[in-house]
Amino acid sequence: MRKTTRIGLGAVIATLLAAGAAGADTIKIAYIDPLSGPFASTGTNGLHQYEFAAETLVNEKGGVLGGDMFEIVAFDNKTSPKESLVQLQVAIDQGIRFVVQGNGSAVAHALTDAIDKHNRRNPDDRVLFLNYSAVDPALTNENCNFWHFRFDANADIKMDALTDIIATNPDITKIYVIGQDYSFGKSVSAAATKYLAEKRPDIEIVGNELHPIGKVKDFTPYSRKIIASDADAIITGNWGADMLNLGKSVIDTGFDGPIYTYYAAADGITAAFGESGKDRLRLVTEGQTNPPPNDTAADYIKAFKAKYPDGNMSQTRITNVMEMLAKAIDQAGTATDVVAVGEALEGMEMDSMWGGKLYMRPEDHQLIQDVLITVHTDDDIQYDLDNSGYGQHLESRVEMAGMDSPTTCKMRRP
Amino acid sequence: MDLVLVNLIDGLVTGLLLFMLSAGLTLIFSMMGVLNFAHASFYMLGAYFAYQISVYLGFWIGLLVAPLIVGVLGAGIERYGLRRVHQYGHVPELIFTFGLALLIEEVVQFVWGKDQVPYVIPQILEGAAFAIAGNTIPLYKVFMIFLSLAIFGGLLYVLTKTRVGMIIQAALSYPRTVEALGHNVPLVFMGVFGVGTALAGVAGVIAGPVLSTFPGMGVVLGSIVFVTIVIGGLGSLGGALFASLIIGWMTTFAKAYDMRMEDLLTAVGFTKPDPIWDSAWQDLWTLTSPQVADILPYLLMVVVLIIRPYGLFGKRDA
Repeated sequence: MRKTTRIGLGAVIATLLAAGAAGADTIKIAYIDPLSGPFASTGTNGLHQYEFAAETLVNEKGGVLGGDMFEIVAFDNKTSPKESLVQLQVAIDQGIRFVVQGNGSAVAHALTDAIDKHNRRNPDDRVLFLNYSAVDPALTNENCNFWHFRFDANADIKMDALTDIIATNPDITKIYVIGQDYSFGKSVSAAATKYLAEKRPDIEIVGNELHPIGKVKDFTPYSRKIIASDADAIITGNWGADMLNLGKSVIDTGFDGPIYTYYAAADGITAAFGESGKDRLRLVTEGQTNPPPNDTAADYIKAFKAKYPDGNMSQTRITNVMEMLAKAIDQAGTATDVVAVGEALEGMEMDSMWGGKLYMRPEDHQLIQDVLITVHTDDDIQYDLDNSGYGQHLESRVEMAGMDSPTTCKMRRP
Repeated sequence: MDLVLVNLIDGLVTGLLLFMLSAGLTLIFSMMGVLNFAHASFYMLGAYFAYQISVYLGFWIGLLVAPLIVGVLGAGIERYGLRRVHQYGHVPELIFTFGLALLIEEVVQFVWGKDQVPYVIPQILEGAAFAIAGNTIPLYKVFMIFLSLAIFGGLLYVLTKTRVGMIIQAALSYPRTVEALGHNVPLVFMGVFGVGTALAGVAGVIAGPVLSTFPGMGVVLGSIVFVTIVIGGLGSLGGALFASLIIGWMTTFAKAYDMRMEDLLTAVGFTKPDPIWDSAWQDLWTLTSPQVADILPYLLMVVVLIIRPYGLFGKRDA
């Protein structure tokens, strides 16, 4: 409530300022993500990270095109695809040409469709969609288009990296895959089955289970099955309360192997696991924060935490979005011709602030980057999450993960 | 065989937790005729209060104090809210408790935020009590079992062996007569409401660390408590216990064993359509018991209502 009010006020002030400064050199970027409802905390935290990145990485360094400033304009989509389309229209009407969104592949699908149609019908005010974390592989495969760029590794690439790491561990011979019963859970399960069969055919998948999403009160019966199956490790794409409850339950019932996850950090999860998840929870992610890869990254996190003490520097890819967009605008020499900006983004290479290289693959607009496996611990953690003393520590790194991963994208270029 | 024993224990824990929630609700319902939609919200408040107290004073103080605060809050709401709404009939009462549930959730989000809070098991109760064939039973679960049984025993004693219990039981069925005998029935109502919500609070305090403390925790349990008291029969403490345990075991076993609809249907004599993905009955044939585990209690409720409309142990219509 408090946060929402603050954002609401912020948005109003920002809009007023923007209206007042019409004609001045600001490049507006629409942030369409949940700022109210059950996922509001994730959306709000993301907004802060965007505002901070635009301010620190672009505006304070003199902006783009010799002095134009970035400005993040927040739109609340309540995690609903329908609401997102309304907000997209408002953003377009305000003359905004860049849209960022990340929470929920269903929303991303709606936006990418709508933007594709809009751009075909209105060649004079086209829009680019910078997807910073919706990971459904379809977005850069059968449903790809020129206007969509994905800055997060997709679910397949992440599973590929995860199974690379699992394959090197000779202690693991039996794996249990469990997930939420909807498209994302199913794609995680399918990818796990496929990659494990390729890389370690000797590993037996002793369980492959989908549970109702957001409805399970107590995961104990599921964890009993996992224990009874004699699994050495667990793979799950669960997020939110489903992740927390499943994780706690398997640990409590005596499971002592690693739990490989996609989203078991920040937004209250790290704090709630605390000691019980230590050295157990492993996360496939990008962007290294512990140990910080360099002084720039360390200073950046420090400055972010100074400004938002309750926030989490949890989505490091947001800085990549801002930096690459700034670079592309400078290269294209324009912020209004998004075709030129898009072409500048295609094939762009850059060094990430978080270590490693970034490469925007031109064929499908999937950013290729290092994918990391991190572990939940309090040893040697300089930057914790949820102010809990616990954080994600780098364990291993797959360089340029998915560099030559296949894509079915047949892109129509403008 | 070992796993059966383990599941019996797990189901017992789930059931007893459900009992603590439904015990209060069933007393309140049968006495005042109010379906308290906010009951599960008091459960959530218990968890949050205990979390906040445990941050400063530790788990045990939280276990003692949080239910007291919830109980006092509940009694206050009965005295200054429900009692005033009561004169306008049952529907305003229902709407009042419904609004209360929404209000409590908003307040909790306002104060503690939308994320889970790190409410954890105390150090002394961490770890395993014992193990059955590699399945550890956490010490905390054993603690939950004993605490719930103690509360059940205490309630049973108060209701059946003491004067207060006698008055409460009498007020359940004949409030006017009890009032005529000189007892302060509104005070009894307030007390029962307070104790009922305090019981929900206790359930929250002990469930918070294992089922995680977050703003949606009340909603998750909200409907199942009503199912429990309907199956058990209104106003019957024994019925609430019985129904809670049945539900606990039923859902636990359904989730723990992957019984498939396919096996059931073929056993009955149907033949599986081939190929299954072209069949209109695909969803039915591919159903497994974990998928339907959480709706089994509702199914049971329907069956019970058909056979015994007043619930298994109830004495009057639901």
